[in-house]
Amino acid sequence: MLGDLGRPLAGRLLALVPVLFGITLLVFILNAVALGDPARAAMGQRADPEALERMRREYALDRPLPVQYVTWMGRVLRGDLGQSFREQRPVTEVIIERLPATIRLAVAATLISIVLGVAMGALAAVRPGSTLDHALMGAAVLGISTPVFWLGMMLSLVFAVNLGWLPVSGYGGGDPRYLVLPAFALGALHTGTVARMTRSSLLEVVRQDYMQTARAKGLSEPLVLAKHAFRNALIPIVTVIGIGLADLLVGAPLTETVFAWPGVGRLLVAAVSQRDLPVVMGAVMVFALVYVLGNLAVDLAYLVIDPRTRRGAS
Amino acid sequence: MARPSALRHRGFLTGVAFVGVFATVSVLAPALAPYDPTALAGATTLARPSVAHPLGTDALGRDLLSRVLWAGRVSLAVGLGVEILAALIGCAIGMLAGYYGGAVDALLMRTTDVVMAFPSLVLAIGLIAVFERPGLDKVVIVLVALGWTTIARVMRGAVLSLKAREHVQAARALGAGDVTIMVRHLFPNALGPLLVAATIGVGSNMVAEAGLSFLGLGAQSPTLSWGAMLADGQTFLVTAWWVAVFPGAALLLAVLGVNLLGDGLRDLLDPRFRE
Repeated sequence: MLGDLGRPLAGRLLALVPVLFGITLLVFILNAVALGDPARAAMGQRADPEALERMRREYALDRPLPVQYVTWMGRVLRGDLGQSFREQRPVTEVIIERLPATIRLAVAATLISIVLGVAMGALAAVRPGSTLDHALMGAAVLGISTPVFWLGMMLSLVFAVNLGWLPVSGYGGGDPRYLVLPAFALGALHTGTVARMTRSSLLEVVRQDYMQTARAKGLSEPLVLAKHAFRNALIPIVTVIGIGLADLLVGAPLTETVFAWPGVGRLLVAAVSQRDLPVVMGAVMVFALVYVLGNLAVDLAYLVIDPRTRRGAS
Repeated sequence: MARPSALRHRGFLTGVAFVGVFATVSVLAPALAPYDPTALAGATTLARPSVAHPLGTDALGRDLLSRVLWAGRVSLAVGLGVEILAALIGCAIGMLAGYYGGAVDALLMRTTDVVMAFPSLVLAIGLIAVFERPGLDKVVIVLVALGWTTIARVMRGAVLSLKAREHVQAARALGAGDVTIMVRHLFPNALGPLLVAATIGVGSNMVAEAGLSFLGLGAQSPTLSWGAMLADGQTFLVTAWWVAVFPGAALLLAVLGVNLLGDGLRDLLDPRFRE
């Protein structure tokens, strides 16, 4: 049944090419505008003219912009994002060092939002229109509307400062207690979205004719739900995980700043303040790539779950 | 299915009430604020909430209530102003793409895809970095530069479905020009979904401004902003909770109101969401 995946798969990958080109072009242009003279920006006002000249030649900075882009792109493809002005070492190295913390936070936040969100949505769907339904959906809107950095501060205020149950901020060398508050703060926004989507997709599915048919065939209710409802409810849930990726990536710089979490988001924010532009552009590009590849993964998941999406070239 | 009445839609009404209070308080802030929001004199620093200072004072002894009220004006002005500019750009782009199709459509929509391929706040941070120094004006520029994409997609979608309709075909047959068709026949019929998208956009602009200002990449002192106030709140979280609680609560209530209003409008205006 998965044999006919090849063509749609190729289609998805092909559609990625202009987007990736656009992303790199945009970052390249930003870089060019921000730096003015990159050689001087990298080497400082007092740089030796000969060294400047050498650098310009090496990076093709004396050539037209399209040539510069191609040269730069070649370096990016080899994983060379330039040197950090501040740390005097490769940007790639600086970013890779910070990735595990961000991934840990993102995974924890995703798990929280899925478990909490699906539970809330399913509970609300049991009796639509009931007080419980209204209360849960009210909580969902509240979660969606609460700015992630303020929620982080409030969680910290209650559970760390007042109750003293958890540390206020920091990484604690990987101690899981330090992960709890940032993960809840980052996950809350998305929990609301998951809850709403779960509720509406469950309500949608139980109304469908094939559910009636399955019941009419005499299948037991748990079997009906497991075989028919779940697979069909899975499609919107996958969508929601895709949307969640955007929430996570947008929330990461803020959450990591609130909790002094040593991830890529905080690196990005600090690099802007320090005007360490190679790190800024490198981090922006990594975020965009993660986002695009994440969305590709969601698309691929659709192909597996929902055979209908395999038709149609787009 | 009957069109649901706006007067019986609970979320919509709550949103209208919140937004109404937020807008009124922002407009009347100069009259309502008990003190000059920037005046340092006469008050103790980090004073607890009291009768004289209902929300307490900040680290420089400024009255928090007055500051929260004045910052609301900034938040509202940025949220609304950015959305108006972004919507103009988005409408134009979506209209051109949907109406002319072909290469124009492909170019504009691929550009939209690229802007949307970045997590919004991350690209905003990257764009802020291009400027020598941060400020509220740069936040506005950046949010407008990134904010038009959703509106453009909505507009394009609406135009694609509308342009085959009979009244549009009839107008064309009667010799109406492209511009007339776009302005008189396509735009008015797309207003519903556009209004929904723009309302939600106002809320995201407010959150984005607060976030950037919180990170020190937006409003700089003495410009007032809930986000910038929250950065102070973070510094004094352990000693003075009120500095962190009140500006954030104000932001939350304002954004919640705007989001409820947007959700309500969608229920009322968009047939697909009618229950």
